[in-house]
Amino acid sequence: MFYREAGQFKTGYADDMAVFPIRQDRIGIAVILAIAYLAVPMFGSPFFVSTIMIPMLILTMAAIGLNILTGYAGLISLGTGAFMGVGAYACFKLATAFPDVNVLVWVLASGFFSAAIGVVFGLPSLRIKGLYLAVATLAAQFFLQWCFVRIGWLTNYSSSGSIEAARRSLFGVQITGPGASETARYLCVLTLLVALTWIASNIVRGRIGRKWMMVRDMDIAAELMGVRLLPTKLLAFAVSSYFCGVAGAMLLFFHYGSMESIAFNIELSFQVLFMVIIGGLGSLIGSYLGAGFIAALPVVIKFAPQILGIELPSAVVDQVTVMIIGGLIIFFLIVEPHGFARLWQIGKQKLRVWPFPY
Amino acid sequence: MEQVLEVLSMVLVEPFARMATNPAFLVQVIWEGFVSGVLYALIALGFVLIFKASGVFNFAQGIMVVFAALTLVGLHEAGVPAWVAVALALVVMYVLAVGVERIVLRPLVNQPDIILLMATIGLTRVLVGFGELVFGGEPKVMIANELGIPSGVWRIPLFDRVVVIKLIDLTAAIVAIVMVAGLAFFFSRTRIGRALRAVADDHQAALSVGISLEQIWVIVWFAAGIVALVTGIMWGARSDVSFALEIIALKALPVLILGGFTSVPGAIVGGLIIGIGEKIGEIYWGRLIGGGIESWLAYMIALLFLLFRPQGLFGEKIIERV
Repeated sequence: MFYREAGQFKTGYADDMAVFPIRQDRIGIAVILAIAYLAVPMFGSPFFVSTIMIPMLILTMAAIGLNILTGYAGLISLGTGAFMGVGAYACFKLATAFPDVNVLVWVLASGFFSAAIGVVFGLPSLRIKGLYLAVATLAAQFFLQWCFVRIGWLTNYSSSGSIEAARRSLFGVQITGPGASETARYLCVLTLLVALTWIASNIVRGRIGRKWMMVRDMDIAAELMGVRLLPTKLLAFAVSSYFCGVAGAMLLFFHYGSMESIAFNIELSFQVLFMVIIGGLGSLIGSYLGAGFIAALPVVIKFAPQILGIELPSAVVDQVTVMIIGGLIIFFLIVEPHGFARLWQIGKQKLRVWPFPY
Repeated sequence: MEQVLEVLSMVLVEPFARMATNPAFLVQVIWEGFVSGVLYALIALGFVLIFKASGVFNFAQGIMVVFAALTLVGLHEAGVPAWVAVALALVVMYVLAVGVERIVLRPLVNQPDIILLMATIGLTRVLVGFGELVFGGEPKVMIANELGIPSGVWRIPLFDRVVVIKLIDLTAAIVAIVMVAGLAFFFSRTRIGRALRAVADDHQAALSVGISLEQIWVIVWFAAGIVALVTGIMWGARSDVSFALEIIALKALPVLILGGFTSVPGAIVGGLIIGIGEKIGEIYWGRLIGGGIESWLAYMIALLFLLFRPQGLFGEKIIERV
């Protein structure tokens, strides 16, 4: 009744290619942005903003990166954590070497370093695919993690082996380092995410994205139709790693403030992969939903017993959380293998015909 | 130019010189690599069994090893005699196999590979949480003595030096050989083994001649559970039983790449190559770049190998060339 495109005519090519062709979608996205930019910083408690919203948005960025690679180009990667690490270490080095340049510039630039590394480790994808490629990307994961530990230059020879975000500010407001308010960090993360999502959505629905999908659906057919596999696959690795690298840099500068190499381990890779699978392969909205689910779930499960008034030792809570997440992942895979994105589509379709389902 | 020569000699000459001047040490290194290779091969064997029969890439094999070993030790700590505990651990692995088939695999039939892979990673989480909840997160000591695993060492004089061989490692190697022989016999000579091979060949054709897929899956998961228990006992006897083993178990993946996903002999040979290769690489070349290269050398060997022979040493050419 309310969500219906009847009467909205496309009178030009520009209308036809708009990101949100339906007016209700445009209103919806404006409302969501308004909530994200105004309501959350104003009414959200500091705990909610810093423990749930910031990591969730950052992991969404990583999930978009992996979704570009796995969902759009059909190449499985288990090295996401390491590529995020490359971004974080690159950003740390750049920010300490050139402290006068604004840190946001370095956050965005650090993605290029991880893109370059991603291309190198993407080379095997020309000969192998599927699970074999997944194992090949594990080489990236373990090799890069070893580099983070062993190459002292990367951490400026810090004795603890950790990298830290220095104090930096934007327009006179401190945005990184100890003492930065969670609202400032949240707004930075949100802005970067919105901007990069906009870029990603335009890449995946344009010429490049279509090429990726052709390669994903059938690479031989794509090749016959004139898609060159080498540049297409490597570009997928580059763009994907760029997003992951920026996410890693944001994780260091806007969330943790200080990280060790262990944070970029294979668990992180799996976590991002879960987000992509649960959210839905080949869907940007799915990346948001999946990241929200996986990032918020542990917090919810952790604090649910307290809210219900049950006292449990924290170790037990942790173990039960791990178990429940594992179980829920299996449950979701069984119930909806196409992820939240499919549920979203079904919901939209239902809404279109409501209240007359026939 | 001189620097280049120096680096080249450090990489290409000195390690071999060290090997030649102390051959007994080299033998020792190869033996150590051989033993860890056997253990990688055992884990890889569990992967291969399940992959052959159901096409599922079972990421949970590593945690199954930990879980089986923990169950055994935990039962013994609760006062159960050692061999009864082994029997009970086998029962637990059987229950796990049935549970996995009923709850996870059956509803996910015909889903893409990556979904099944994800499901086994979910299963890993469940087992990690459950294992820590029941048995606690601390490392435990394997009940090697109670199970009659010898603990002494053999000292073999060789080239004027002594090569030390732990009896426990020898036992592990012998047990592995016996188990592989047993599996080979089981696959080629028994009725169920033939059914397993039929399923591995073609699911639909196997169904059409009356082989029950569900039953076969329970059997392979149980077989993988037995392999996991044996691996857990052997590995646990060498070091502690702890959840760290789960990450080491990932080394089985390069082993699989080397040997091919569907080949039992491939798992063995691949395991030995990886085990020996990474030990030699670590000892003789590792210190040139700071040491600790064991964590990724196996993957790099596998990666290089993939470029030349994507289907592995013994694998079938099912991999689609790009």
